[in-house]
Amino acid sequence: MAFAMILFPFAMAATAAAVPSNRLRPWLLPLTAVFFSAATVFVLMRPALMTTSPWLILDPPGRIVLLAISTLFLFCSFYTVGYLQYRKERSNRVFCACMLGFLGVMSIVVWSHHLGLMWVAIEGTTLVMAPLIYFNRTPRSIEATWKYLMIGSVGIALALLGTLFLAYASVQAGLESTLAFEDVLQNASLLSKPWLHAAFILLLVGYGTKMGLAPMHTWKPEVYGEVPGVVGAIFAGGVTSCAFLAVLRIYQICLAAGEQAYMSRMLLLMGLFSMTVAGLFMVNQRDFKRTLAYSSVEHMGILVLGLGIGGPALFGTLLHILTNGLTKGVLFLSSGNIHRAYDSKSTDVVRGAMRRLPLSGTLFLAGFLAITGSPPFGPFVSEFTILNGAFDAGRFWTAGLFLFLLLVIFIGMGKTVLAVVQGSAPAQVGQTPYRDGLLTAAPIVLLMGLVLLLGLLIPAPLNTMLHDAVSYLEGRP
Amino acid sequence: MTDLLNAVLVIILVMNLFALGTSRIRAVIRTVSVQGILLGVAALLVHQHLTIPVALMIVVAIVIKGLLIPSIMMRALRDAQIKREIEPLIGFLPSIILGALATAFAMLIAGQLPLASQHYGTLLVPTSVATVIVGFIFLVSRYKAISQVIGYLILENGIFIFSLLLIEAMPVIVEMGVMLDLFVGIFVICIIINHINQAFSSMDTRKLVSLKE
Repeated sequence: MAFAMILFPFAMAATAAAVPSNRLRPWLLPLTAVFFSAATVFVLMRPALMTTSPWLILDPPGRIVLLAISTLFLFCSFYTVGYLQYRKERSNRVFCACMLGFLGVMSIVVWSHHLGLMWVAIEGTTLVMAPLIYFNRTPRSIEATWKYLMIGSVGIALALLGTLFLAYASVQAGLESTLAFEDVLQNASLLSKPWLHAAFILLLVGYGTKMGLAPMHTWKPEVYGEVPGVVGAIFAGGVTSCAFLAVLRIYQICLAAGEQAYMSRMLLLMGLFSMTVAGLFMVNQRDFKRTLAYSSVEHMGILVLGLGIGGPALFGTLLHILTNGLTKGVLFLSSGNIHRAYDSKSTDVVRGAMRRLPLSGTLFLAGFLAITGSPPFGPFVSEFTILNGAFDAGRFWTAGLFLFLLLVIFIGMGKTVLAVVQGSAPAQVGQTPYRDGLLTAAPIVLLMGLVLLLGLLIPAPLNTMLHDAVSYLEGRP
Repeated sequence: MTDLLNAVLVIILVMNLFALGTSRIRAVIRTVSVQGILLGVAALLVHQHLTIPVALMIVVAIVIKGLLIPSIMMRALRDAQIKREIEPLIGFLPSIILGALATAFAMLIAGQLPLASQHYGTLLVPTSVATVIVGFIFLVSRYKAISQVIGYLILENGIFIFSLLLIEAMPVIVEMGVMLDLFVGIFVICIIINHINQAFSSMDTRKLVSLKE
């Protein structure tokens, strides 16, 4: 099953590169996404299919990330068709091939049960995303691509060094040297401590760069500011979730090695620092796409913070992968529509989006309310569970800071978002032909529906999956 | 065997310092290319009993690090028509001193970390750490895009040296994947350099400031 889920998107990417028609090519994305999502549901219902080989196993945390990304990709793929209809002047060959390529690489990341293979796949996500950032061919998008490639490559190089340190931790302890995840996990308590500590720091910094944790987040505002909305959605919900899965792996190894205290301190520090940086830069941010980038930094911080609290907060953290990914989809896709309707992303020009684009404007506002943790949306439940976990774990200072930062971010982000949606556009702002169409609006409405649904009730199968993942992470059978 | 290996590693360390102190980019690329070939030699020395997959891996590493990537970079350099790194953030002499300090620091750190018995007496760990730090110095102190790529390559070389400690843990297929990723990464980066050059008429990353806050 793993091979099918990995090879199918790559085959479709090759097909996309071969199809000559610019008009028909984008339809390959929804086609692939529908089949891929069907395969995801199929495999999630049949545990027997989840073990393909010792290197390719779909473990419980992997299942959640797979579910989150394939759902997000499904909606994004339909949106892409609508989006590319507005970009007929440019060949979308590379765009479509890279989007499908991402799906394939992501599939390797979630299936891989070998730390080396996972590293290769995550580096692969860096490479397939780079041409997507460069789609607009403006000097600013080149600059963003450059920064992404350099920062991302250095980060991923550190992660490789960390992976090697981890392997050496077992060599030094006199064990058979291996990077197969299951073997490392079994011998975790025997690993050489100094090497394990060094490996943890390098892996956290390395994969943290890919996630966009502060202070390695500097590529994020540049990239998210320049990319088309749909690519931003894939970044904020997809690429970052893949990197977080890598962090989950190392978390699990350290937990099994009995290093929770050492690890928690670093994770809490990184998480709170990311949220602080996001809060500071969101204040008076005039570029609404950059605001979204800082929001992504914030939510990566929340994920890491949740891991740092551990135990009772793990359920919320894993749920947050899903709710954050889907809500980011709503925000980036609707902000892409607003950007196109005004041909600007500065709040000096973009005002009154609710009037010009009633649907996208409303969804943008709703997405903002959801991502900042307002009830009754999904992120409220996950953030509340993390907060609850912090209190349960007796970390009152952390919980207090967490709440305070959420409040600061709510106010900072709210100012920008309300400026965009409220009021009326300045007179001199020209009209652009863009109006919400079926393909560019319906996927966002459905995503928003899902975000709302997750806030109202967590379906029983998902609940079981989340509980499985928590026990798996904690090493309980 | 260990003496020979250490001699090669010392040459690699010296080449790091040479790269830091040279303004002609062409010479730096050549240095990195020779360094790549030496890494292959070091890999041969580490392995007492060569198997076919390992030998294949070493050949691929030499071809990619020593020949393919340098030739891609030379081409990018030719297209961009630049010769020298002018006025780096940290001057050439201070960078050499910094590099030497980094090497000393790496020796200190490596002394702190416990080694497996078969690796005592080799300079693999300190050389690896020192080379990684030199790569970092390169990345942050140079403005030309191509110099930053060279810094990245030096950093990767440092990681490669570390991987020599555990060739058994990294199955050949993963090692190949790593090499391929490195190669494709550099390839993509060089394409972007070309576009930077066309769009900004310069390869100077200081021109890339339009996205500053």
